[in-house]
Parts: sequence; structure tokens; C-alpha cells
Amino acid sequence: MSDLNTQAVERYRNNFLKEVEENVEEGHWVKMCMQCGVCSGSCPFGPHWEHPPQEIFMMIRAGKRDEVLASDSMWMCTSCYNCIVRCPRKLPITHIMHGLANYAHRLGIAPKGQPTREFAKLFWDNMMKKGRVNEMKLTIGHYFRNGIGAGIKEAMAMKDVGLGMLKAKRLNPMELAGGHGLKDLKGFHAMVAKAKEIEDRKKGFVK
Amino acid sequence: MADVVATNETILVVGGGISGMTAALEAAECGKQVVLVEKSPTLGGRTALLYRYFPKLCHPVCGLEINLRRIRGNRNVRVITMAEVTAIEGRRGDYTATVKIAPRYVNENCTACGACAEAVSAEFPNPFNYHLNATRAAYLPHAMAYPQRYVLDPSLIGTPDAEKARAACKYDAIDLEMAEETLQLKAGAVIWATGWQPYDAARIQPYGYGRFPNVITSVEFERLADPHGPTGGKLLRPSDGKEARNVAFIQCAGSRDENHLRHCSRICCMASLKQTHYVREAHGDEGRSTIYYIDIRAIDRFEDFYQKVQKDPTVKFIKSKVARIAEDAQTGHPILHGVDTEGYHRYANEHDLVVLAIGMAPSVPAGDVPAEVIGDSSGFLEAAAGDGAIFGAGCATSALDVNRSVQNATAAALRAIQVVNKVARAEGTA
Repeated sequence: MSDLNTQAVERYRNNFLKEVEENVEEGHWVKMCMQCGVCSGSCPFGPHWEHPPQEIFMMIRAGKRDEVLASDSMWMCTSCYNCIVRCPRKLPITHIMHGLANYAHRLGIAPKGQPTREFAKLFWDNMMKKGRVNEMKLTIGHYFRNGIGAGIKEAMAMKDVGLGMLKAKRLNPMELAGGHGLKDLKGFHAMVAKAKEIEDRKKGFVK
Repeated sequence: MADVVATNETILVVGGGISGMTAALEAAECGKQVVLVEKSPTLGGRTALLYRYFPKLCHPVCGLEINLRRIRGNRNVRVITMAEVTAIEGRRGDYTATVKIAPRYVNENCTACGACAEAVSAEFPNPFNYHLNATRAAYLPHAMAYPQRYVLDPSLIGTPDAEKARAACKYDAIDLEMAEETLQLKAGAVIWATGWQPYDAARIQPYGYGRFPNVITSVEFERLADPHGPTGGKLLRPSDGKEARNVAFIQCAGSRDENHLRHCSRICCMASLKQTHYVREAHGDEGRSTIYYIDIRAIDRFEDFYQKVQKDPTVKFIKSKVARIAEDAQTGHPILHGVDTEGYHRYANEHDLVVLAIGMAPSVPAGDVPAEVIGDSSGFLEAAAGDGAIFGAGCATSALDVNRSVQNATAAALRAIQVVNKVARAEGTA
């Protein structure tokens, strides 16, 4: 993955904006930002970000590649869409944030241990196994991410919710043993592989 | 009204604001016959509702008075108020306009003595103060109204108050039987000068206009500052009538926004810079003005005006478009939330009063003009379809200040004159 990063640095040199335009989903919108600040002021997570969207856009234009891609800011986006609704220039800000996060992840320079990123990876790997999400395994995997002791503690704190779901038949403990998957799992994997191939080609990850 | 004589050599001017008056006068003073049609009971338009003009901070009554004098002294202009053009048919050099005239219930005997207003008790929201207060339903629109003639609001008709007004009139000027009339007018060319209206501020949902009483628009703030306005010229805020000392101005309220008005309304930056003078005038060094902006566009050659305001220690500039406004339930103070662009600092600033520098929308969007015309994406009138002789003037064509409206209207008058000159040559009357 760091190879990809080196290649990208080589290719775009001092033009990070161009790199974003070509490789990040909806990245071509970044130049349209007029720095009014409505997105930053409208973000419910605003105070908890290192850099609000408006600042990220300016940093991209200023060529601050490492600061942007290693930032945990875009991983904080909860997709509430407040910024998209209010942006006077109609920038798809939420989508750009996810695009940036995804690009940084693909390059292998996204922040390590960032909780949203870790959970997203957990979710994806879980889903890829059987073509559908196994909630039992996902939950347990999430609780025990920080070791056995912390996992037991977290699981105990949530046990009432779990039992309630069990009673309401929203949770099946039998799923722990393998769990059921898609009928055509092979077809599903082929489809995802094809999608990845197309995306890689579009984003220039393969020559 | 049957005595209005119009021919193919007449120029019809629609709208009696500063642009329409200018276009009508420029043409009339060149010897052309002009009919000036105005929807409201008086000429003057929105210019008459301003407290002061930028950049010289003089009072609009002055310019208005000069124009009214020109109209009174010119036999070529025929003014019809309370009249709306509902259709324009025909072609260059040969138009027929349908004009609907609403009843005024007061005839030309009126001396503007005011006895009818004293006799009635019914009131209605005063359109000349942007509905900030109420006025008697028998009223003179404002001190500079032309014609200087009272009007009865239709809500009065059929009530005992209407009879009281009639009984109080010593000049037999009140005619309660007056009915709507429709006229057909000939014209060789039409000047469309229907002007602008403030964008509906309530649609900018995060700013709370209409929900928070202390969030008002810039046109309403003009009325507060005006001695003829609802507060007698004092900057009293609507919620509790207390003096507003700490005033916030929010730029681009509706303008430069794909969700509202796409265009820059041009005048709002200068209007807010001007209005900081009102705060200073009312409170001296004790006043506080804060301008929240994306970038200041002091149109024309007014950069020096901006620089002077920047030097005023009571005026603060914050480079940020406010994201949302909340209200302190106890004090009624609006609280402005946002992030500034110079350092990305998050703020939550409390003010006494918020003035939204509201954008300009065309009064009549081009699509609603009852003739074949082409409009731009904001609804401003660009041109007549084909080789038509319908010319836009003033704010009907673009967001303009008074100065530029007058220039623009003069140009429209020249275009119309060329058309009727050609008609006159063809008809052998030239």
C-alpha cells in the first residue's frame, strides 16, 4: 500500500488538488468551495473535529497532502447531511468526506486505530465472508477488539439490550456456529471483485 | 381614466419606482408621449422607503422631490396609479396593453386634509413600513406620496367606517361606488420597470426569521431608522421594544446561494456598511455593529466607503457566513453560531438584534411578465423575444443600486425613443 502512496506523491508532486480531483469521489467539487463556513458551523460533530470541512478544502488547495490524508477529521462524519443541505454552492460535502477517507485508507496512510475506520473494516470483513452481516460475530468482534477483559466488561454492560433482542427474536445465537450466507456466494464475490477492478482502474490504482 | 390618449407613438412605462420615473421622464423630456403605470397608490417605489442612500448618506426625499417636480411640470407624462398591466399584445411599434385599475375610493377632489383618516378607526398592516406597524385604513401612503391623495383600503368598504370617512370629507372626494376598471392602451414601445422585492427571509430556515422576533431584514431596519417609520427613528427591537445597541448584520442572506438566489444582489454589502452608520448615529461610541460576511463587495467605486467603516472602532468584521441562529429564551437575544474563516474559530455570539442583508428578487419574475420576454436563471428580464420593443429597466433586469438603476433606465428610455421615432417617420408625423 505504501507503494501506491509513493506513486501518487511522484505523480502529482505539488498538485494535491489535482490528485483529489482525479482520485477522490466527488473530488472535482473541492475547487467550488467559497470558504463561507456554513458547513463547519452546521456540523453537529464540529467541535470534535481536528479540521472542519471548510478547512479541509482549503488545506487541499494549499497542498497540505500529509495533514489532510492522515487526519481523522473525515472519519468523524456521521452522514447527517446538514452540510450538503445548507452549502450555498451545493457541494456534496458528506460524499467528499467519505471519498477522502476511502482514498486515505486505500493509500494506507489513514490514521491507525481510528474507531470509525476500525469498525468499518470489521464490518466489511464480516460481510465479505458470507455475503451478509453476521450480527453475532460482528458484535462480539467489536466488543473484544481491545482484549478479553475489556470485551467481557463491555458485553456485560450491554447484556440487557442483548437479552431483549433475543426475546424479541431479533438476535439468533445459533448464528455463532457458522451462520447462514448468500445462496450464490461465488457470484457475490465475483461481483465485488469486478466492482473493485473498475474502481481501481478509475482511480488509477492499476496501470 | 377614459381621457388617456395613447397611440403607437406612445411609450408605456410599467412601474413607478426610481427606474420607471427616470425612464418616463427622460423620454417625456425628449418630447415623447409617455404613460406611466404604477401598481401601488403612489410613485416612488422602494426608494421612497429608504432612510438614507449610500454613499453620501443623503435622504431619498431629495432625489424623489426633484423627480416629482419634473413629472408635475411635464405635460407629456400621464401617471396612472393602482394599475396593473395584465397583458401586452402586438409587436414592435404596435402594442396593445390591458391595464386593470383597482378602485382607490378617493377621487381627484381630495386635498389630502386627512379628515377621513381621523374619522375611521379600522387599521391594517402598513405596506410602506413592511408591515412593521398598522395604519388607518384611510391613509396617505407616505409623506412624499404622489399623487398627494388619500386611499381607502378595500378592507374598509362595506363597514360603518367607510360611511364615517365619507361623512368626514368636506370635498366630496370619497366615492364608495368606485369599481375596478380595465383599459386598453396603445404603445409603440414598452419599458418594463417593475423593480425588486426582498427575498422571503423565512425560507432561510436556519436563521429563524419569522420564528425569532429579533431577526429582521435590512429593508425593515431602514424603516426603524427612519423618523417616519414605526419607531419614530429609534432602533427599537421588535421583541421587547428595547434599544438595540449591539447589532449583527448577516451578508448574503439569500444571495449567492444555490438553494435561494443564485446571483449576488450587489447592494447588500453597501447597505450594511451604510446601516452601521445608523447604529453609530443612534448610540455613538456605545453602539456595536458586527458584519458577518463571505467577502465584502463594495460595488462601483465605493471601496473608500468600506475603508472608512473599517476604521470605525465600533464596527467589527467577522469573515464567516453564519450557520444558524438560536434564541436565548430568557433575554430574547439571538445567538449566532458558526466558524470563522480566519483561523477556523467556532463562535456563539450574542447580539441584541440581527439584520439579514436580504437579497433582491425581481418583483415580477420574467416568466410572469404578461408578454413574450426572455429571462435569466434568477428571473431577471434580459430582453424581449424576437425583435420585440419591450425593454427592461432598473431592478427588473438585474440587482442594482439607485445610481445604476437610473443609468439603466435612461438607456432603456433611449431604446424606446428610437422605436417610436421610427413609427413616427413611417406614419409621416415626424
